[in-house]
Amino acid sequence: MKLIVNGEQHELDIEQDAPLLWVIREELGLTGTKYGCGLAQCGACTVLVDGMAVRSCVTPVSSVDGASITTIEAVEQDEVGARVVEAWVRHQVPQCGYCQSGQVMAATALFKQNMNPDETDVQVAMTNYCRCGTYNAISEAIASIKEA
Amino acid sequence: MTGHQPLQPRALVMSRRGLLGGMGALALGVALSPRISLAQATGQAPADTPNPLEAILELRPDGTVFLQMPYVEGGQATSTAMAQLVGEELDLDPAMFTVECAPPLPAYVVPGTRRTTGGSSSVRRSYMPMRKLGATARAMLIQAAAARLAVPGAELATEPGRVIHPSSGRSLGYGELARAAAELPVPATPELRSPEQFRWIGKPVARIDGRDKSTGRTRYSIDVSMEGMLLASVKHAPRLGMQVRRLLNEDAVRAMRGVHSVHALAGCVAVVADRWWRANRAVEALQVEWSEAAEPGRFVMRADFSTAKAREEMRTADGPRYNAEDIGDAEGVLAAADKVVEAVYDVPFVSHAQIEPPSATASWNDAEGTLEIWLPNQAPDRFIKMISDASGIDPSKITLHSPTLGGFFGRHFVYPHSSPFPQAVALTRAVGRPVKLIWSREQEFLRDAPRPLGMARMRASIGADGMPTALKIEAVCDSLVASMGAAREAADPTAVEGLAERVYQFKNRKVDHIAYRYPVVVGALRSVGHSLNDFFMESFVDEMADAGGIDPLEWRRRMVSDSARHLALLDHVVEMSGGWRRGPYTAGDGTKRARGIAMASPFGSETATIAEVSIRDGEVQVHDIWTVIDPGRIVNPTSVRMQMQGGTALGLSLLLSEGLEFEHGKAVARNYDGYPMMAPYRMPRVHVGIIESGAEMGGVGEIGVPGGMSAAANAVARLSGERPRSLPLSKTRFAAGA
Repeated sequence: MKLIVNGEQHELDIEQDAPLLWVIREELGLTGTKYGCGLAQCGACTVLVDGMAVRSCVTPVSSVDGASITTIEAVEQDEVGARVVEAWVRHQVPQCGYCQSGQVMAATALFKQNMNPDETDVQVAMTNYCRCGTYNAISEAIASIKEA
Repeated sequence: MTGHQPLQPRALVMSRRGLLGGMGALALGVALSPRISLAQATGQAPADTPNPLEAILELRPDGTVFLQMPYVEGGQATSTAMAQLVGEELDLDPAMFTVECAPPLPAYVVPGTRRTTGGSSSVRRSYMPMRKLGATARAMLIQAAAARLAVPGAELATEPGRVIHPSSGRSLGYGELARAAAELPVPATPELRSPEQFRWIGKPVARIDGRDKSTGRTRYSIDVSMEGMLLASVKHAPRLGMQVRRLLNEDAVRAMRGVHSVHALAGCVAVVADRWWRANRAVEALQVEWSEAAEPGRFVMRADFSTAKAREEMRTADGPRYNAEDIGDAEGVLAAADKVVEAVYDVPFVSHAQIEPPSATASWNDAEGTLEIWLPNQAPDRFIKMISDASGIDPSKITLHSPTLGGFFGRHFVYPHSSPFPQAVALTRAVGRPVKLIWSREQEFLRDAPRPLGMARMRASIGADGMPTALKIEAVCDSLVASMGAAREAADPTAVEGLAERVYQFKNRKVDHIAYRYPVVVGALRSVGHSLNDFFMESFVDEMADAGGIDPLEWRRRMVSDSARHLALLDHVVEMSGGWRRGPYTAGDGTKRARGIAMASPFGSETATIAEVSIRDGEVQVHDIWTVIDPGRIVNPTSVRMQMQGGTALGLSLLLSEGLEFEHGKAVARNYDGYPMMAPYRMPRVHVGIIESGAEMGGVGEIGVPGGMSAAANAVARLSGERPRSLPLSKTRFAAGA
């Protein structure tokens, strides 16, 4: 099958039901996308599929055949993604950092849909767990993107 | 697969030796330990150094610095603090630092301490040693520059990264001087900057790892890769102590795509494969018949254990009893009292639930008898000994890497049966290739060492003036320190921290730990005993105040009246929150709200916190938290604020929604779907105030946990009229208030 990740096309001979997360991590060697739970609960594995936030740990690779996938490694090549990363750095969001790839991807997807999200939009989009509890800093970073 | 070769991402730094091999570096192994005080030219080990790798600070020719710190970075910003402390005295921007956890060698132990990352102790332990390290290097660079420029050292000064000779305008970069500086003797007493001159200490310096962590570049243990590496997943016995009797479908599993081999190990089965998800799928498909433990033991989970039953027994458990504090005559005063308040509180087991699951990448070299291993851990010196004890490999033949942790919160201390290293070592020896073992989230839930299930039985007598005359507390839980290697049949200070030796001036008080044994290997969670005991204590303070008809802020003021430090904290938090009003009152949005207050003294720091809550559809909403910390003095106000916010978030999650229940000897939750951490949208605004009183430095990383949760619990009691005595609050539907 064909997999388009970060603009690059890959030909893969792999099981149809292989989880996208592990294809990204193990076949492509892109380890910025993280495994947390395998059940789409925590969001550490969030990537963009055609611009939408998707939890890759429960996404069979066959379901994204031909779609355009963006991982954290290429998020800064996206104009919105670059703004999100800058806000994350400026507001000192990461602590342990393990969930932050997913947080940045979720925020990027949010702003790609809507550059001026309201409180409910943010609550619906930003559901990834952060065990360090960086939620206040995430809110500040998101508010700064809106105002920018 | 065809047409595409899997990329082999570079492993984390493979060799310290390689790094130190760079030409012209000044590698300093100084100041942390008086035993080792030397400068060394790179690669030339002085005779009295046991190991040439014991360089703590390496100045590189390009002007950057590589610092090996005694601690593990896992989000608490210790690496940034170390760069600030060394950089301040070295005169180099902290942004120029790369900081990693040092290998487990004696040179990295700060004298008088154990080399563990815990107890919110890293920065305060190394505040002076790290400054001296930087000052030493700076003095040597100046001396080297003096020789190079043929001027007296007294005519030289530094600016960040350079030695300058102001009168001639000449200057030399640190990188240019590093090699010459390395040849010089180490000054015994380098001059330190005075605090008024600080540019980086005490300032909101940006995290040195912020950009890498915002772009997925940070490498954690789970990201390690080695050439020829195989991947492994395990299935643990459903209860600790059970063993593999037989495998029912081994041939079928062995035939699954990518599977290399199937292994029965101690207390688990493992599948090794070419990809982790294939290994994991295969091990999930493996049908195992387990045998019960041959006999009961310390690490055998009973089939009849349940948290419901444990709680019932804990209500009346009577011993063994360890007295922690006994002042005055609490029993006598209580017996004679007219007015007595009583309450029993309980909190559940709590999982660490750090988002990075445990992993271990192990590579056994049979020819040389050496083992290289990457392992999440917060105590490298203890882990290397554990690995050696478990494997029979001499510590000198083991290279242990301790990468950045994807969260820890106490998860990666030494607890029996809770680290994947024994399995990874067994597997790399069995297959003769490097093996990366990752525990799936389900397997992690089975072997995490949860925060103890705890109960407090409280009694107080109230005098005619409404203030307490005596307090008696019985804290009922198992010994936590026993999980970490201490004797089990002994007092455990973590069982009573937050209850005993509080700042409140009770004339008659008695605090006992009643040891109740459960067959769960428990662990330390961020703030340890404070994560439960401060909730017990601060809730009961409000109960005592209410029984005496005293406002809870006024009660606390009276009970800390001898301490200007604590009175200042209360004043500060009241002012920050716009003045004390307990409520209930109606907020601008029409919701009925109330506020609660709490104090806590974890890990040498002092806090006071106010929380505002409302109740919607029976569920508690926490709107704002104002919390003030006095850690004596600080290194980075941004880090302090972030740690207080993060600690508060964890505490609120414990208050609102978390708990690990056991039935039939098994944890009910096996993944996050059965273990509800606080949803992100429930996070309140946490406003942090900092007081630098100049008192002895206290901790920061764990300090936020108890205050917010306790203040919020008091607010809930005020608003609903129902005192929360059993956590999490999600078990209870609360009334919306009068």
